[in-house]
Amino acid sequence: MIHSLFLINHSGDIFLEKHWKSVISRSVCDYFFEAKEKAVDPENVPPVLQTPHHYLITIYRDKLFFLSVIQTEVPPLFVIEFLHRVADTIQDYFGDCSESVIKDNVVTVYELLEEMLDNGFPLATESNVLKEMIRPPTILRSVVNTLTGGSNVGDTLPTGQLSNIPWRRAGVKYTNNEAYFDVIEEIDAILDKSGTTVFAEIQGVIEACVRLSGMPDLTLSFMNPRLFDDVSFHPCVRFKRWESERILSFIPPDGNFTLMNYHVSSQNLVAIPVYVKQSISFFEMGPCGRLDITIGPKQTMGKTVEALMVTIHMPKAVLSANLTPTQGNYTYDLATKVLVWDIGKLNPQKLPNLRGSLSLQAGAPKPEDNPSLNIDLKIQQLAISGTPCMVALTVERIFS
Amino acid sequence: MSANSAFNDEKGGSSSVGEPEYGHDPASGGIFSSDYKRHDDLKEMLDSNKDSLKLEAMKRIVAMIARGKNTSDLFPAVVKNVACKNIEVKKLVYVYLVRYAEEQQDLALLSISTFQRGLKDPNQLIRASALRVLSSIRVTIIVPIMMLAIKEAASDMSPYVRKTAAHAIPKLYSLDPEQKDQLIEVIEKLLADKTTLVAGSVVMAFEEVCPERIDLIHKNYRKLCNLLIDVEEWGQVVIINMLTRYARTQFLNPNMNESLLEEGSDKTFYGSDEDEEEEEEEEEEKDKKAEAPAMAKRKPYVMDPDHRLLLRNTKPLLQSRNAAVVMAVAQLYFHLAPKAEVGVIAKALVRLLRSHSEVQYVVLQNVATMSIKRRGMFEPYLKSFYIRSTDPTQIKVLKLEVLTNLANETNISTILREFQTYIKSMDKDFVAATIQAIGRCATNIGEVRDTCLNGLVQLLSNRDELVVAESVVVIKKLLQMQPEKHSDIIKHMAKLTDNIQVPMARASILWLIGEYCEHVPKIAPDVLRKMAKSFTNEEDIVKLQIINLAAKLYLTNSKQTKLLTQYVLNLAKYDQNYDIRDRARFIRQLIVPTEKSGALSKYAKKLFLALKPAPVLESPFKDRDHFQLGSLSHLLNAKAGGYQELPDWPEAAPDPSVRNVEVPEWTKCSSREKRKEKKVEKPFYSDSEGESGPTESADSESDSASSSESGSGIEESGSGSESEESEEGSESEEEEEEEKEKDKKKKKKELKKPVQESESEQSSEEERKHERKSKQRKSESESESDEEEESESESSQSESEDSESEAEVKKKKKAAESKPSSKPVKKDNKKEKKEMSLLDLDDFEPAPSPQATPVNAFLSNSLATDLEGLSLSDAVLSPATISPSSALKSYEMLHRITGEGLSVEYCFSRQPFSPDANMVAVQMQFTNNATSDTKNLHMEDVKLQSGMRVKEFPEIELLPAGEMVTAVMGIDFCDSTQAANFQLCTHTRKFFVSIQPPVGELMRPIFLTENEFKKEQEKLLLGQLMGMNEITEKLTLDVKCRNEHSIVQRVTTAANLSRVPCGSDKECSPPVPPPDHPVHRFAGRTVTSSSLVLVTVATKEEGAAKLTINCEKMVIGTMLVKDILLALTQ
Repeated sequence: MIHSLFLINHSGDIFLEKHWKSVISRSVCDYFFEAKEKAVDPENVPPVLQTPHHYLITIYRDKLFFLSVIQTEVPPLFVIEFLHRVADTIQDYFGDCSESVIKDNVVTVYELLEEMLDNGFPLATESNVLKEMIRPPTILRSVVNTLTGGSNVGDTLPTGQLSNIPWRRAGVKYTNNEAYFDVIEEIDAILDKSGTTVFAEIQGVIEACVRLSGMPDLTLSFMNPRLFDDVSFHPCVRFKRWESERILSFIPPDGNFTLMNYHVSSQNLVAIPVYVKQSISFFEMGPCGRLDITIGPKQTMGKTVEALMVTIHMPKAVLSANLTPTQGNYTYDLATKVLVWDIGKLNPQKLPNLRGSLSLQAGAPKPEDNPSLNIDLKIQQLAISGTPCMVALTVERIFS
Repeated sequence: MSANSAFNDEKGGSSSVGEPEYGHDPASGGIFSSDYKRHDDLKEMLDSNKDSLKLEAMKRIVAMIARGKNTSDLFPAVVKNVACKNIEVKKLVYVYLVRYAEEQQDLALLSISTFQRGLKDPNQLIRASALRVLSSIRVTIIVPIMMLAIKEAASDMSPYVRKTAAHAIPKLYSLDPEQKDQLIEVIEKLLADKTTLVAGSVVMAFEEVCPERIDLIHKNYRKLCNLLIDVEEWGQVVIINMLTRYARTQFLNPNMNESLLEEGSDKTFYGSDEDEEEEEEEEEEKDKKAEAPAMAKRKPYVMDPDHRLLLRNTKPLLQSRNAAVVMAVAQLYFHLAPKAEVGVIAKALVRLLRSHSEVQYVVLQNVATMSIKRRGMFEPYLKSFYIRSTDPTQIKVLKLEVLTNLANETNISTILREFQTYIKSMDKDFVAATIQAIGRCATNIGEVRDTCLNGLVQLLSNRDELVVAESVVVIKKLLQMQPEKHSDIIKHMAKLTDNIQVPMARASILWLIGEYCEHVPKIAPDVLRKMAKSFTNEEDIVKLQIINLAAKLYLTNSKQTKLLTQYVLNLAKYDQNYDIRDRARFIRQLIVPTEKSGALSKYAKKLFLALKPAPVLESPFKDRDHFQLGSLSHLLNAKAGGYQELPDWPEAAPDPSVRNVEVPEWTKCSSREKRKEKKVEKPFYSDSEGESGPTESADSESDSASSSESGSGIEESGSGSESEESEEGSESEEEEEEEKEKDKKKKKKELKKPVQESESEQSSEEERKHERKSKQRKSESESESDEEEESESESSQSESEDSESEAEVKKKKKAAESKPSSKPVKKDNKKEKKEMSLLDLDDFEPAPSPQATPVNAFLSNSLATDLEGLSLSDAVLSPATISPSSALKSYEMLHRITGEGLSVEYCFSRQPFSPDANMVAVQMQFTNNATSDTKNLHMEDVKLQSGMRVKEFPEIELLPAGEMVTAVMGIDFCDSTQAANFQLCTHTRKFFVSIQPPVGELMRPIFLTENEFKKEQEKLLLGQLMGMNEITEKLTLDVKCRNEHSIVQRVTTAANLSRVPCGSDKECSPPVPPPDHPVHRFAGRTVTSSSLVLVTVATKEEGAAKLTINCEKMVIGTMLVKDILLALTQ
């Protein structure tokens, strides 16, 4: 299975290596560097590379490459999913998954990697189990440890490792028992030039934060579960119960976790909350162009649109932009040719507008087509699909 | 780096102490003494007495290892600390040891004794980690010690240690392959382990050490299938992949009967369904034990129940959050499932497209392969493959590939419109790929060829050269298909030679002109003239094509081009490239006749201007499916090391009885005492077995956390003895039991009868068509209820009955075991029946918890699944059989006599009809019993009452003879039971049919709590027409229907309502005995108007009960009362 892992930063330095079997020289990464050079954009590096003796499977996350070396047949998704789990765990432990954080906590990271894989096969990937074995660093604990000589490493087998529910540890106790659920819905839509929807879908996530003592068994039912087109669950959810009754029944992990992802079928028309009027034109004569973008609310159901942001990947020929926004501010990155207009809150009375001129490289041909606009926005307290209102939460047992 | 500088700072103080140290070190040659100096302070710290100093030193060493620095010189100093008391130091020392032991084998031996001591430690974590490190240090001398340790750990009490042992197996194997045989023994032992913890790891070891020993899997197959859902994610992936291969060797191809369908059409000769059933019933009774060879002939394929078990148990994992698991299940379905069922994976795979881009990359590759074989599967998700401007190029190209594979006559226009947008993208690689995709669409779909060609020709005037070049290449391929129509395009392209510089495009144009020079007789020589002028500056491929063009023109039009050709050939003769020189020489000999040249030159024209077949534009993913999907080899399209070929289906199924496992005794125990025992054991059982899904494991969690070690130990020994006993039992008692059984049967003839009926009905069903699922489900549900009735009467009687049901179980098991290979159908029936009787066992338990339905259903589910793992399994979805909502009743729409071979049944699937929530989903099943294919099945001339609406099902283009197809339509009945009339048309005939809903199907269940229910009930009562919204009826419950389970079952079967959990706010951990006269409540809403429908069944003494229905719609209320009354009293 997984033979070795190399962490590589954006500029191509290997700053951590871990081997689960015999040591493999880091020169194996040269094949990767070659491919990286060729791909230009780090996202375009093929995730799976074949070298004479090894296979390299890489993920790119948070400006870091996690490169694993494989020698024999293994499902590539298995490795990819595991590498993402490693990144998730690091993020979970240290709040961030960046080069500096990993370098600062290199010993803990190394210990984690040691626990997560044994001989290249995943051993413990549940954060609850790991946290019992290797406690995440906190300021208080490091002070206490230096005074008392205690350690961050647990000396008993984590309870989760033995049970059928490895995601939960035994003996959790809270004075205030509480559970929170966040429903986050995303509309993912492609609109054509005239503003008609080519494709739209709604995806939702239920993030939970459960702080309950003992071994609680929760059931969650939905107003209208039939609207769910497709769902995926945290392993704690009982599949069979969902299949037969459309009820979520689970023993939750302790703390934060993603309970379920769902997808609402796009057959019911999705209401796009904003509209965009745009005109970007490049003149045939002279190296310049015009840009005029206005954004207005469409179907927001009385809620405010927040964190509105427009990103435009400009054609290569665009040298600079001289624009004036009526709201928010804009930046134009000369190297990547990306124009970002950060608007913030959408004010329905005074619609935000960005207009001005673009200057093109002299002599370069006029770009044939207008660039596409990416618009990001957030609306609080609104479930677009209208479905996932949970109606009943029952806590069946709390042993404490 | 910072650490290094720190060492240097400290060096000054410590060097004097450290100086003599490296004299001891045998490895220090003095050459690297500067390195040694640098590590002196670390050595000193490691030698100190303070744990904190040691810890500090170890941390620095590990940090250096992590950065890839060599610290091997510290080995002696570090290894001394292997016995350190501080657990963190110890762990870090382990890390160091594992990293360097291979390089310093002799010194590493010093640590071995510590590990050996660790292996005996009472703490399981220490035992496990000692084994882990011991097996990880790759020192060949200790192989025997490792072997011993692994063997010991494999029978450790703690499952965690056993898991570690499983992990150690491949390590030892890679160190010393000679140990294989001994290791296989350990694997065999661990495969029999019943804990979920071990399952994944041992299968991984199996895959690495002895993937060819498929015989080891037989006995564990069912267990693995049943455990699967509770195994951790990574183990699931490995197990599923292994089982895919296993199934390919053991079962028959489920799609094989496509070729053998003619036999299915025999059925039309029978008078009617009933006749057939009767006949087969008789047959059944006559030779129940003897084989019916005729039957085997008529039924070409029946899925092995074990095959079904695998498919069923993996399906829920499609909902896993882990992409690898989803992919594993998807490939399993793709390789193993019958065609009709593969579709379920599409949705899950499309879901993965919203994950990280690496996941998308892998999934799209697999989807591309699948979409070639099973296009229909992904067609509904076409839009999910639309490209976003933010996608990385490699994802875009893969999505294009999938879109191209999915293109067909109906969706091509939307796809082409989408492609038009892509061509304007700024990503040039992607544009090039799009143009190729258009070319492929054009070749595959004749209707759009001209449109595509025109579009591509327009692209020729594009400003970007790459786009033009790519278009030229594609146009060339398209023109080859019908050149005569398109000479103007060829002319247009000839003009392009002046401007276009991309070699591939120039070469393509030249080839086109040469090939079709008779269509452009005037232009061709001129082009050659221009080319001859620039010959020396062209790229090699262009030069070759110029020579070709010259040769072809010389042959067709030698008058004008003779000199030009000679000039070109002369230029080529002195070219730098030997290919070009060769070509020139070859062509000169061929086309210019000299006295030396042989017979060939006569045929020159034929050789050059032969009609060339048009190129087939194929997907690069074609034929990739001979690799197991989801594998690395598939992704690379090359065999990776260690890849296990996916075997072909066997011609005849190997003996399925090899998978039979002895049934533990409790299923056969005949006294109440023993049954009680079983109950006590249960928590352990379910915990370690994990067969029952997390529900039960959760229940038993509290015990297992504290006492899991001892628990699992007990469990193991217990099951061992059980199986022994049962083995004896099953063999020796066979005869006896059978006789007993017969006696009983006589005694209880009337009671038995319904069972038999349902059973035989079931079997005849099976015979006719295995895939007829919905119908099957119906009959199952029937047989289930029959069973229930029977069992209840039995239970209400006495002990003797009890033992009878026991005997029944035994008999079934025995029967199934005695003739497993010859008659799989029978097995199915037995199995089902057994499941039912177990259901009844469940009903004996006098303590349904407050939330009765779900819990009950679960207990029985788990029991059923438990059993499946142990004995024979079936072709039923066990949750589906039990959950009331899926007990679908199907109705006949078109009899196959009237339908001339076409029969249609419909049922109310109770699923939401997604296009319109106000419609009731009607699932129709078309079966073509005729000998000829039926085409263009569709609806026409819908006649409806005012207000009603129908969403027609999509036209079924082809229904081959003997095939069955299902379709879903939606009808808005406007909350009335008026029938929807319409015509069902085939390509030849029209049939008048109608669908009339029972009132119970006009509603959908809603979830209410008890309090909400009461509130709503009050509201309804206080509405405008007081009292009009309530209908009350007194009734006497049927004898067989007095317990909670069956009441719920019957009501929910009669009407699509959901149970209101009573007292869900109460604590329910210890099952409280139910109140003497429980009240059952059900709630739903009518589909169209969403008015509430509340049903209350209050039971009283002696089976008396009161049925109350509250509903605003009085008509619905009255009709519903009748229906439910009927359901409860019959």
